[in-house]
Amino acid sequence: MGEKKSFWKHLKAWVDGEEVILDADKYIVSRSVKEKKNWGGRYSMENIKGNKKLYGFLSVAISVLFIGIMLSVVNDLPEFGNPSNPANNEVMERYLESGIEETGAINFVAGMILDYRAFDTFGESNVLFLAVMCVVLLLKKDKNNYSEKEEAENWEDDYFDENEKRPILKVGGKLLAPLIILYGIYVILNGHLSPGGGFSGGTIIGAGLILYASAYGQKKMQTFFTFRTFTLICVACLLTYCACKSYSFFTGANHVGYEIPKGIPGNILSSGFILPLNICVGLIVACTMYGFYALFTKGDI
Amino acid sequence: MEHINWIHNIPFFSIFLAMLCGIITALVKNGRLAFKIHSIMVFIIFVMSVILLISVVKNNEIFTFMMGHFPAPWGNELRAGPLEALMAVTFSIVMLLTVSGGSEFIFKDVVPEKQPLYFIMLNALFGAMLALVYTNDIFTAYVFIEINTIASCALIMAKGTPQSMVGTTHYLVISLLGSGLFLLGVCILYSITGHLLFPQMKEAILEIIKTEQYRLPLLVVTGFMFIGIAIKSALFPFHSMLPGAYHSAIPTSSGILSGLVLKSYIILGIKLIYCVFSAEVMHTLKITEVLFVFGLAGMVMGSVYAMRERKMKRMLAYSSVAQIGYIYMGIGMGSRVGMTAACFHILAHAITKTLLFLCCGSFVEDSGGKEKIYHMRGAALRNPLAGIGYTVGALSMIGIPLLAGFISKIYFATASVYSSGKMAAVLIILGVSMVLNALYFLPSVIAIWTPEKGVEMKPVSSVSPLFAVSIVGFILLNFVLGVCYRPITRIIQMSIELLAQ
Repeated sequence: MGEKKSFWKHLKAWVDGEEVILDADKYIVSRSVKEKKNWGGRYSMENIKGNKKLYGFLSVAISVLFIGIMLSVVNDLPEFGNPSNPANNEVMERYLESGIEETGAINFVAGMILDYRAFDTFGESNVLFLAVMCVVLLLKKDKNNYSEKEEAENWEDDYFDENEKRPILKVGGKLLAPLIILYGIYVILNGHLSPGGGFSGGTIIGAGLILYASAYGQKKMQTFFTFRTFTLICVACLLTYCACKSYSFFTGANHVGYEIPKGIPGNILSSGFILPLNICVGLIVACTMYGFYALFTKGDI
Repeated sequence: MEHINWIHNIPFFSIFLAMLCGIITALVKNGRLAFKIHSIMVFIIFVMSVILLISVVKNNEIFTFMMGHFPAPWGNELRAGPLEALMAVTFSIVMLLTVSGGSEFIFKDVVPEKQPLYFIMLNALFGAMLALVYTNDIFTAYVFIEINTIASCALIMAKGTPQSMVGTTHYLVISLLGSGLFLLGVCILYSITGHLLFPQMKEAILEIIKTEQYRLPLLVVTGFMFIGIAIKSALFPFHSMLPGAYHSAIPTSSGILSGLVLKSYIILGIKLIYCVFSAEVMHTLKITEVLFVFGLAGMVMGSVYAMRERKMKRMLAYSSVAQIGYIYMGIGMGSRVGMTAACFHILAHAITKTLLFLCCGSFVEDSGGKEKIYHMRGAALRNPLAGIGYTVGALSMIGIPLLAGFISKIYFATASVYSSGKMAAVLIILGVSMVLNALYFLPSVIAIWTPEKGVEMKPVSSVSPLFAVSIVGFILLNFVLGVCYRPITRIIQMSIELLAQ
């Protein structure tokens, strides 16, 4: 009888779209109404000095003005795809005509971002790294932003994570996560041969990691992916990137020998530094994606 | 072929060294070690920049450095001349003095396990500022503007108090508005010129002006880019994020943000004026006039806001708004003399405002976290060194002879003679603004030297040696800029002639 009832309860919860652990109330010890913090002091809506209606009117007026300017500019811009556009000049020509020969990459975009304009991409991967570090600085548990109450709540969350059945999510995660990660690896490794590359492949791997983490809980993830691993991977990748590109910039700018074989375009092991750089960027992006997820849910990786 | 010109590699080395240190610091667990790595890195870059400065000034040259194997329109490029080298020297020396003088604040206010993260951000911020100074490519500029934004937000929020979160959010929203406008500008500019590197863009823009095709997009793009840069560097109507952010951040962060980060955007703007849009185009499009008017407004309004403020750090933040107004007024004069004055004021303000923020931080600490000027009475007697530092900084900002601020004001006044139709406005507003400066700085100076009645003034809580060295260094720099300013202005004049070629 008890069994049946619990089955019914599960079914009902499933239909309602919420998951239920039987007798969940027993485990909830600390949840209470959050005390309202006065974060800004005097910045609340009531205290805004001046005429609110005027502000509303002005904000609409400025937006409309801005939209008008933008539309008239778009009207005057070169027509999309027109061969005589200013953007179709000698720069584009050389990228397309001698791109394969000079970079060894069949994917022109990869050749462009990782060889012709690799300095910008170095900056971009640093942006990702810094963004994660910023979130760590903000959200990682420390004595300022973490209280015992939150500790208790986290403990509850972990308890529910472990004891919930969630069969669809768990089976789905188990089946899909490896495939997604494998596909991400494929996209990264073929970045110089086909559309894709480090940024897109890394995002796919990150999605796979997030799926796995949300199915099995962060404790399980921590068996193979801790904050230490995360830092090590990021730092190792960025250092590799830095080293490869320093070598290439230094030799290029000073016209001294540059001896990285380009290989035969079309082979997987070709195009000089582009493949390792793609792998580095991919790993950084994957770690960043998962890092954001973990930090925003639990405040720890 | 075999000969390598090491000096031409310095810009590249400096940027990569700073970024590399930022990456490596992620492995460090101890704040003190991270601080040492940071200081050594900045010192090395300082030495390299001095060598670069001497070399470019001696050869009277401006050179480009190819980042990679592909020449200009295809690959990235750096570019360095006397202006860039001078700014790199200033940035590194101010960074070195500020961080070493303010290290105690960092170790006190940031949670120990997060101190290395703070230094990651400092290193990356320094690298990004150098990249903004040296870049010759507009998209690289955008990427490093992003790094600059992220890192400066991290510096503000590192304290972890609710106020600092509010300040950071405000700063982030307004900065992102600026970056967004800049990015829009870059996109449209690319689609009408077809280039991303400065020299090629300049040619294409001159062509547009000649043929009148895409004239409207060009006007709007110029507007967007300069509004973006103005927002980023807190020109008057866009200044609202400064007081909250600087007030709630660690004094070290406030000093660096106000002294250096705002300036790095302005220098990018100056490079854009000369290397992309060219002074004549700016003049035909009337952008300089707009900057001039807002600069004037900022000079007065910033000071007025500062007078109304009771908290010292917020007062200093509003004073930054006024000083940024001075710089934009110089740029807006549209003459090379005006630009020289603006560049000199960038240096003067960088060394003075960081000094003021450090001293102010020290006062606040001595008076037990109270921030109103009222509570600072006698603070200078408790901590004479910081008191002297604050006094020198305040006098320099007012424009007392022998100090850096005086020279820049003289140059602004001289420059006004050369720009027709603007002379009266410049001289009047300059006078008004100086009086206003005196009206809010002098009371605070008097307050810190007046003992509180009935309270025994205990002389000196012990001052850490690094703080003392840094304050003395800043005071000396102030006098050096105020007395031996000739060589520096000559370098600036030379570099502007080179840039404008």
